[in-house]
Amino acid sequence: MGVRLALETAVARTAGALSRAAGRGGGTTIPGKVLWKLDPGSVDELAARLPQGVVVVSATNGKTTTTAMAAEILGDGRRLAWNRAGANLMSGIASALVAGRRADVGLFEVDEGALPEALGRTNPRVVALGNLFRDQLDRYGELELVAERWRGAVAELPYETTLVVNADDAVVADLADGRTAAVRFGLDDPRHARPRLQHAADSKYCLRCGAPYEFAAAYVGHLGDYRCPQCGHRRPDLDVAAREIELRGLLASRFRLATPVGDAEIELALPGLYNVYNAAAAAALSLAVGASLEDVRSGLARFGAAFGRFERIASGGKSIVLLLVKNPAGANEVVRTLETGVPPVLVVALNDAIADGQDVSWIWDVDFEPLLEHVGLVIATGDRAAELGLRMTYGGLPPERLEVIPSLESALDRGLGLVEAGTELVVLPTYTAMLSLRSILEGRGAVRPYWEMPAP
Amino acid sequence: MRIRVGHLYPEYLNIYADRGNIAVLTRRAALRGHELDVRAIGLGDTLDPVGYDLLYVGGGQDREQALIAPDLAAKGDAVRAAAERGVAILAVCGGYQLLGRGYRGRDGSFMPGAALFPHETIAGEVRMIGDVLLECELDPGTRRQLAGFENHAGRTRLDPGAEPLGRVVAGFGNDGSSGAEGCRVGNAIGTYLHGPLLPRNPWLADWLIARALTHAGAGGPELLTPLADELEEEAFRVAAERARKRGGRC
Repeated sequence: MGVRLALETAVARTAGALSRAAGRGGGTTIPGKVLWKLDPGSVDELAARLPQGVVVVSATNGKTTTTAMAAEILGDGRRLAWNRAGANLMSGIASALVAGRRADVGLFEVDEGALPEALGRTNPRVVALGNLFRDQLDRYGELELVAERWRGAVAELPYETTLVVNADDAVVADLADGRTAAVRFGLDDPRHARPRLQHAADSKYCLRCGAPYEFAAAYVGHLGDYRCPQCGHRRPDLDVAAREIELRGLLASRFRLATPVGDAEIELALPGLYNVYNAAAAAALSLAVGASLEDVRSGLARFGAAFGRFERIASGGKSIVLLLVKNPAGANEVVRTLETGVPPVLVVALNDAIADGQDVSWIWDVDFEPLLEHVGLVIATGDRAAELGLRMTYGGLPPERLEVIPSLESALDRGLGLVEAGTELVVLPTYTAMLSLRSILEGRGAVRPYWEMPAP
Repeated sequence: MRIRVGHLYPEYLNIYADRGNIAVLTRRAALRGHELDVRAIGLGDTLDPVGYDLLYVGGGQDREQALIAPDLAAKGDAVRAAAERGVAILAVCGGYQLLGRGYRGRDGSFMPGAALFPHETIAGEVRMIGDVLLECELDPGTRRQLAGFENHAGRTRLDPGAEPLGRVVAGFGNDGSSGAEGCRVGNAIGTYLHGPLLPRNPWLADWLIARALTHAGAGGPELLTPLADELEEEAFRVAAERARKRGGRC
């Protein structure tokens, strides 16, 4: 390490320690912010020193979970530089590089908007791209703008870079079109297909000719086995496929992973088809980095959950299940996971800070209706609780089964008071609502701050 | 009474919450004993100017809008004929742009619209994104407010003398500089406000339903008994406060 860079990283680390000492949250991005400001080029330098190179993961939905799964798989026997707390802008990557100066491999979850810069600076050997859904248009602009930036960034990658893409997303799959170092993953189990495309489905018109795709199976939003009846453009063949999928409500799922190096039975302690996508992505990228199929199987079997995405927190003889919701596609899958056992009480928390999306209109694109028929009570909470209450009311929820309680803490306690001892309270929060709920529970000693969670 | 609603291109123009607007119209009509019969009008379908009491056009992403724009322009005569007969129309965001004379891209290209609203839209560099609060006077002497969210790159310029939907209290509006937002031609309303517009602005939903009822030959506003809109009012209050605090400024 050059003297200048050594000095800068030392300054940056001290800033992170000071931030934590001052009680200002995790300080997860403070060192990176300092370094990123002092010398952005140091990111390139630090990344270039990692002996086994860098892996970059991006997607609208599932990037934190996919990256955490890959960390579980790859972390057995490798030291990781990993932005585990989800600080996924350049400053967060810089922080992870500073903290992981002696790591073997860099593993970075990257914000969709930051992807071009991250690819340019870290020169990754593997890039895994999961999906593009409509998400926070107030932050990212239209889906097509993000797709266009991704196309430009991927075109700049050297041809040796392995591109791991979700074949089931037409826009994402197309990024690997014509590349030799490419791995295409997807789902292959039409029993789990939706009967029809959901309201919020995005990329449903042919990339080549504009005609509506026909779906032999649509699994999550527009992700599935598509084919254009007009020009024949279709989902590419799968290199890594999840087959014979079994979903067990809020508890777990299992599937057979078919890969070029053989098949493996995967057990996952996470619910939902969307997590099968995340696991398939993590498996495909880990194999590309050199993990064995057994590493993949055992890593996924060990995997708990990524921070705040899906958490069970014990509180006074009851438990709270936190399921993050942030956009229509993700929320629809959470709803689908709950459909098999609709909880008697459901707390939904809607905030509208920048990290949540200031535009709350997306809640109208979520198909809450299958829950509203059977749920005993919905408690709408958060800064936009009234708006959320309206969504439920106009979705057909009778007023006697709705309570609007803007205070998160009061809503949480009201919910906990209503569920019986030994059972679970299901809470669907947006991002900052999740952070606040966690910190409320932290204050009660129910959960540890995330920067104190053990490293894998 | 049955209200016939034509929903233009629901498969293409549905970017944020357009179905929320339809859900609000349906429920508020139903609570007063009226039934909304909503039919999709898609690519290549004929638009019968005497077939509907209310027309709805939502917003889409650029790609989807480009796919339907020529078809909507071809339906221009029918849309204008319907408006002249007093059919209630609500067009939001992309739908609002496409019902104008046209959209000029940054490369100089021109995409013609249905020419119902007297305006033209020009692509801008920076998107205008944020909460919005408007003051409207659709019926002389009755001032009311609308709260919503805008997200558009296009700058819409109204022709001289054209009537905006409202004056911007907070936010960007049509072009970020004129202080005008939306456009109104008789019973036709166009606006950039999504969010969605109608759940937290129930008075506008009722205004549209009343005009649709009149067109259906059933009288008008007197058929709409007031509803207890506490939650709607609270949602409006929060949204209006957001606009005052963080609405866009040029």
